[in-house]
Amino acid sequence: MELISHLSIGFGVAFTPINLLYAFVGCLLGTLIGVLPGIGPLATIAMLLPATYALPPVSALIMLAGIYYGAQYGGSTTAILVNLPGEASSVVTVIDGYQMARQGRAGPALAAAGLGSFFAGCVGTLVLAAFAVPLTEVAFKFGPAEYFSLMILGLIGAIVLASGSILKAVGMILMGLLMGLVGTDVNSGVARFSFDIPELTDGIGFIVIGMGVFGYGEIISNLGKHESERKVFAAEVKGLMPTKEDFRNMIPAVLRGTLLGSALGILPGGGATMAAFAAYTIEKKARMRPGEVPFGKGNIRGVAGPESANNAASQTSFIPLLTLGIPPNAVMALMVGAMTIHNIQPGPQVMTSNPELFWGLIASMWIGNAMLIILNLPLIGIWIKLLTVPYRWLFPAIVLFCAIGVYSTNNNTFDIWMVAIFGVIGYTFIKLGIEPAPLLLGYVLGPMMEENLRRALLLSRGDWSVFVTRGLSASLLAVAALLLIIVLLPSVKRKREEAFVEE
Amino acid sequence: MRIKSEKDFFSGLLFIAVGVAFAWGATNYKVGEAARMGPGYFPLMLGVLMAIVGIVVTFTAMTVETEDGERIGKVAWKPLFFIILSNLVFGLMLGGLPSIGLPYMGLIAAIIALTFIAALAGDEFKFREVLIVAIILAVSCYLTFIVALKLQFPAWPAFIAG
Repeated sequence: MELISHLSIGFGVAFTPINLLYAFVGCLLGTLIGVLPGIGPLATIAMLLPATYALPPVSALIMLAGIYYGAQYGGSTTAILVNLPGEASSVVTVIDGYQMARQGRAGPALAAAGLGSFFAGCVGTLVLAAFAVPLTEVAFKFGPAEYFSLMILGLIGAIVLASGSILKAVGMILMGLLMGLVGTDVNSGVARFSFDIPELTDGIGFIVIGMGVFGYGEIISNLGKHESERKVFAAEVKGLMPTKEDFRNMIPAVLRGTLLGSALGILPGGGATMAAFAAYTIEKKARMRPGEVPFGKGNIRGVAGPESANNAASQTSFIPLLTLGIPPNAVMALMVGAMTIHNIQPGPQVMTSNPELFWGLIASMWIGNAMLIILNLPLIGIWIKLLTVPYRWLFPAIVLFCAIGVYSTNNNTFDIWMVAIFGVIGYTFIKLGIEPAPLLLGYVLGPMMEENLRRALLLSRGDWSVFVTRGLSASLLAVAALLLIIVLLPSVKRKREEAFVEE
Repeated sequence: MRIKSEKDFFSGLLFIAVGVAFAWGATNYKVGEAARMGPGYFPLMLGVLMAIVGIVVTFTAMTVETEDGERIGKVAWKPLFFIILSNLVFGLMLGGLPSIGLPYMGLIAAIIALTFIAALAGDEFKFREVLIVAIILAVSCYLTFIVALKLQFPAWPAFIAG
């Protein structure tokens, strides 16, 4: 069978002691740096890219893949432990993961994220190996109209998953979309909403919004409460590993997340983020087992599902990169950069001209995932120790890491002023009872949505019906409409409100 | 008319303000038409939509009864002030402010300043404890960011480093 022979070429290349060592070093460095709040996979890879220049191409890519996975897992760790999402796809992990940590269940949350990611990574690798070629055909079927409809669906999903008022969630998404538009318009070159500040022509940084709204906002709100009602973390840590009950809950979530992630990752354009959001939505819709904790209060499925989806998607997002040469996100764009440095032109020809590289990379991704588990399960105990540090010592450190993380992305103090503004905004959101997560999704999708809307309408000569006359686009919109109707139905609405009560 | 939900009322006003601001700002750019969208088209559309959402939220907040009036409650001015201040001072000390000729003080001094100011936001302030935390943070950040990761941070004040 072709698949087996391909994978055996790959594992033959990747399973040399020296390449295993690089995979391990990559994972270790990635985890260590990714765990610093505010430094996500993108910043980590950018920082460590020069370290791989001297290596042979296969080893360099293997090490980069290790760094990528390590950084992603490290990012989830900070999301769970200190409520700071390092990148867009871990925004939903924060919701239930941090609640679990507060209840003394950070260990199971971290283990669920790690094991779920590992499983999803294995499946993603297989999907990548088996379907890389035929699946690229599907991506070709997606025109601008389909992308726009897909994003509408993603945003509706975010509305459904937001706790509290649906209308306020819509408002936040719109605000996020608008914030994403700040900066230079790619079509006309006009700097929009930049107030003639040169730094703003590049747009507002994701890290700035994330750190300000989630980091500073949360710290200020915590400190504003009286010590007795603060209860940031439960004193007692209950077990490092998930219980049997936890496993029973998380296995279906991992399976659903993996499936969803593998499918959404193939689509160029924010696959991992969308997958994480969609997986959380689905988990929320799935029936609760008796005695399960409600979502938003520390449900393990809310960690396992999105984390699996995001990992499966980051695996399959290599498909458009390796087969079409289109980087689906910023991290992959850096990988393209790394490839070109090593004289490899990403695209369909890689598969035939450098088969050992193509399949070696795929195999190394699996190895990277396995390394991550070996490396991180023992580390959980150490991360948990971090939580026993009293809050009055911890919060200056978090403030510091936010400030450094923000500064280090651009080496620019302007971002530090911006994060102060967003800190105030974040605190305002908390005071007004507005959930900030939809804002970030809107922010990420804003520029892409505008781009695809423009293209779709340009192609249709301004005819808006293009979104419903194209079959694929129409069905995506239909699903979105259905989702919206379901949440707005009186009976579901009541149940949804019950689920979010006592926040 | 009485406000039934304070939180929603002000959220609505916030949405209206942001929506109107963006929509108004968008009119400064070329709007164009659907087939040929200018840079102002999409933001104008979103801004108007957002203002409408804001109006509905505000209106609902004034009509739909809630149990406790959903009060906003006390604003935590002290932590808000000190956390934001510590962040601003950190930026000033790390990068300086060339426009007024303020030299940079470097990472180490910035970390110590940030720790002390941020610690004032808490309920209790014990000088010795804060000093220890500041030193630990300064040393570990120096080792991680400057020695290990070789980030381009000025570590020491300009007048020492030259």
